Amino acid sequence: MNPGRLKEISYFPGCSLATSARENNQSMLTFCRQSGIDLVELDDWNCCGSSSAHSVDPEVGSQLPARNLSLAPAGRPLLAACPSCYLRLKITHQKLLKDKDARRAYHSRWGRPFNPELEIIHFFDLLAGMADAGNFGDRLNRLKGLRFVPYYGCMLARPPQLRNERNFHGTMENFLSSLGAEPLPWSHKSRCCGTFLSVSRPDIAARSVRKIMDGAAQAGAECVVTACAMCHLNLEIRSALPGKIPVLHFSELLSLAMGIGGGMGWFRRHLIDPRPLLKSRRLIA
Amino acid sequence: MERVEKYIPPPNNRTHDRDSTFLSEVVRRSGVNVSLCWHCRCCGSGCPFAADMDYLPNTILRLVQFGLKREALESSAIWICVGCHTCSMECPQAIDMAAVMDTLREMAMESGIQVGEPDILKFHNEVLKSIHRYGRTHKLEIMMRYKLWKQDWFKDLDVGLKMLSKRKLDLMPSKVRNLGKIRQLFVAEREEKKK
Repeated sequence: MNPGRLKEISYFPGCSLATSARENNQSMLTFCRQSGIDLVELDDWNCCGSSSAHSVDPEVGSQLPARNLSLAPAGRPLLAACPSCYLRLKITHQKLLKDKDARRAYHSRWGRPFNPELEIIHFFDLLAGMADAGNFGDRLNRLKGLRFVPYYGCMLARPPQLRNERNFHGTMENFLSSLGAEPLPWSHKSRCCGTFLSVSRPDIAARSVRKIMDGAAQAGAECVVTACAMCHLNLEIRSALPGKIPVLHFSELLSLAMGIGGGMGWFRRHLIDPRPLLKSRRLIA
Repeated sequence: MERVEKYIPPPNNRTHDRDSTFLSEVVRRSGVNVSLCWHCRCCGSGCPFAADMDYLPNTILRLVQFGLKREALESSAIWICVGCHTCSMECPQAIDMAAVMDTLREMAMESGIQVGEPDILKFHNEVLKSIHRYGRTHKLEIMMRYKLWKQDWFKDLDVGLKMLSKRKLDLMPSKVRNLGKIRQLFVAEREEKKK
């Protein structure tokens, strides 16, 4: 890519990446910047409403993402890295595409016309394009031998409204195996972690997380690689295995393969310390 | 099997309790044709939380089909459903179960009945209050308020402290500048506007 001029893409971090999963955010931003892409944070973005808004107040649940859509400048795609935010933005955009009255209301409420062309993409979409451009050719064996299980969680391309959209399953396996890591087969790839039940019904969430982490252990994984910041937190705080398996954000591992991340303090933020594993593989000093 | 024991068939001989408009109201509000369900129970076998629900997901649809409004709206199942959509992936009739659950929760709150899972509702409300207050969620405050209400400070204390020490929980909220616009979206403000 042209050095000096970065390609700009609008970026919606969402509450999780902005706070509890800051290491996910930073590793992704750094990785993108190094790869010639500037993620420009949406000015004054708000929470997408998460699971709670559509659970108890659907009006708020659809208006919150709509405001974010209205903030996105035309002419460049809008990227979300959190699967849940991505879904909420995408579902709202589709609803507006179909409903003329809703578009009129949108225009008068947010003072900006609805942009039917706005492309809402996930971090994985961006990666697919970069791989096609041959960006990773020289990193082939960085992650050699690292045995991992890919964990997508339930939110990527699942609801009936998005059935015809792209499915991201396989992305992490393809990428990390091309960088030398070894994906292991297991059956919990998209099992729900329990999301908000982790606070309000920890008994239920803990049971779900235990099944996922047991599955990872049985598969012989050295680490779990997640696509969702919230799943990451749930897996870490509700995991009760004695020899705990570290859980890494996909963007962190990707950055490591690119030679970034060792000294950035990301791994200090993990509740299950991944540093012994990464050190033993000489991925960090 | 645990699930079989938990399966409670809709009560017979209770025709007087049936609400003949319930089915059509759920269909209208959710946009989902609940009558399509043929009770193959694929949804429940896929659901990661079925074992924790008082009714299996298809039973909830059965209650709706039968017009057993109180049973459906008082259930814990409609609150335990997190909307992970595993059921709709399994469903041969492509029923959007999560949309039905959203509608049922909404109706449960409107009808003023005893909510099946008050803890879960409380949590959702705290999240919404946080968005109302800041435009974004402030996780630490949400947890503190939830705990204050629940009065179980010491449960999960280790988790909370660990999250704090790893700076997973920010002390100060991050705020949206244009809060007025966000607040207009909420129920109280909507009601105010109607007056």
